[in-house]
Amino acid sequence: MRRAAPHHAAIPRSAIRLRFTGLLAIVLLLAGCGRNMVDQANLRPLESSQFFADGAGMRPPLEGTVSRREGAVDPVFLTGQDANGLVTELPVELTLELLQRGQERYDIFCAVCHGHTGAGDGMIVSRGFPAPTSFHDQRLLDASVGYYFGAMTNGFGRMYSYASRVPAEDRWAIAGYIKALQLSQNATLDDVPTDVRLELENSEGRVR
Amino acid sequence: MPQIFPPNANAFVRWALIGGGLFVGLLAVALPIYARTVNNAVGVPVAQPVDFPHNLHTAQLGIDCRFCHTSVEVAASANVPATETCMGCHSQIRVGDPMLAGVAASWDSGLPLEWNRVHDMADYVYFDHSAHINNGVGCSTCHGRVDQMTEIWKEEPLTMGWCLECHRAPERFVRPRSEVFNMAYVPPADQLTLGAELVATYHIDSDALPQCSTCHR
Repeated sequence: MRRAAPHHAAIPRSAIRLRFTGLLAIVLLLAGCGRNMVDQANLRPLESSQFFADGAGMRPPLEGTVSRREGAVDPVFLTGQDANGLVTELPVELTLELLQRGQERYDIFCAVCHGHTGAGDGMIVSRGFPAPTSFHDQRLLDASVGYYFGAMTNGFGRMYSYASRVPAEDRWAIAGYIKALQLSQNATLDDVPTDVRLELENSEGRVR
Repeated sequence: MPQIFPPNANAFVRWALIGGGLFVGLLAVALPIYARTVNNAVGVPVAQPVDFPHNLHTAQLGIDCRFCHTSVEVAASANVPATETCMGCHSQIRVGDPMLAGVAASWDSGLPLEWNRVHDMADYVYFDHSAHINNGVGCSTCHGRVDQMTEIWKEEPLTMGWCLECHRAPERFVRPRSEVFNMAYVPPADQLTLGAELVATYHIDSDALPQCSTCHR
């Protein structure tokens, strides 16, 4: 009979409040459990989102968006054209590093179709892609660096634009490298500096 | 002052202490066992909306990883290519092939292909591809021989313990930057010597690497 109603009614208010507070604390602590830190309410690159009709979390830039990085850059550098049309000189300094960068990027993005020497005989061509014109064709030998930059930027024929995949700096490096490829593929031994020529002749001798 | 706790409160506290202790002990044993044995779906191919054979495109056709994963050297995320990248070749090759129906549908509708994520890091991990690529961690170190995979799967568990294997001793895994994209790279016999040299050359801060805030912000 210790738990009889009159006794129960005698439990002080403070005790009830304490029990309630304890319960609330437990409930609040439990609410912290879960995997919501693993998948947080923010979007990472390529994550989907129901917020947009197409389900993509990453949004394409609006029409006419100017890149903060490229907005302050000379238009010639971004288009390959000046008031007189296609530029014939690189708008960046021609260095060995630039050409090596161009070679690396060319081998990644261009060689699959254009071939490593630029002859238009890349692996994808052998798989049925229409062959591009060789860079050693007279029309393309005469073409300027601005022409190549423009083709990469805007696409050409069946080739899509590479502007979204290859930044402008790299497109200029590639354009420079294509000109270097044209020189090297159509060079004679007389074009080689004397000191290097000796080396070349010796190595050739070893191969034979 | 009236009595706050009922007489059975002592027993309750006693059992709570015993139960709590047992629970913590159980966690201390079970969590490490779980972390060490769970394989995180390693080696299980992840179904994709379009069957993309990596081996055909890379090893056989000789396409560089970066042709599609263009941002891997400069950004945290190694992007999955846009449908435009697929169509760059497939506007001419295998046009109308049912295998490529998903790509064609995405190209026509303008809606992105919904690839299923293979490597899903927790959001509290701030992984950065570019930081690894530019410091001599090869693609194949974490992703395995993707160039030989017909279907894509996770090669490594991506657990924190696995990350720390390298973050605690980077000299065991780093390779020359020129070999990062070489999928067939085999570490030399003197890896530890070469690795230590590369760690010094690349200014890899071995003291900072195992710190919490390197990966968790």
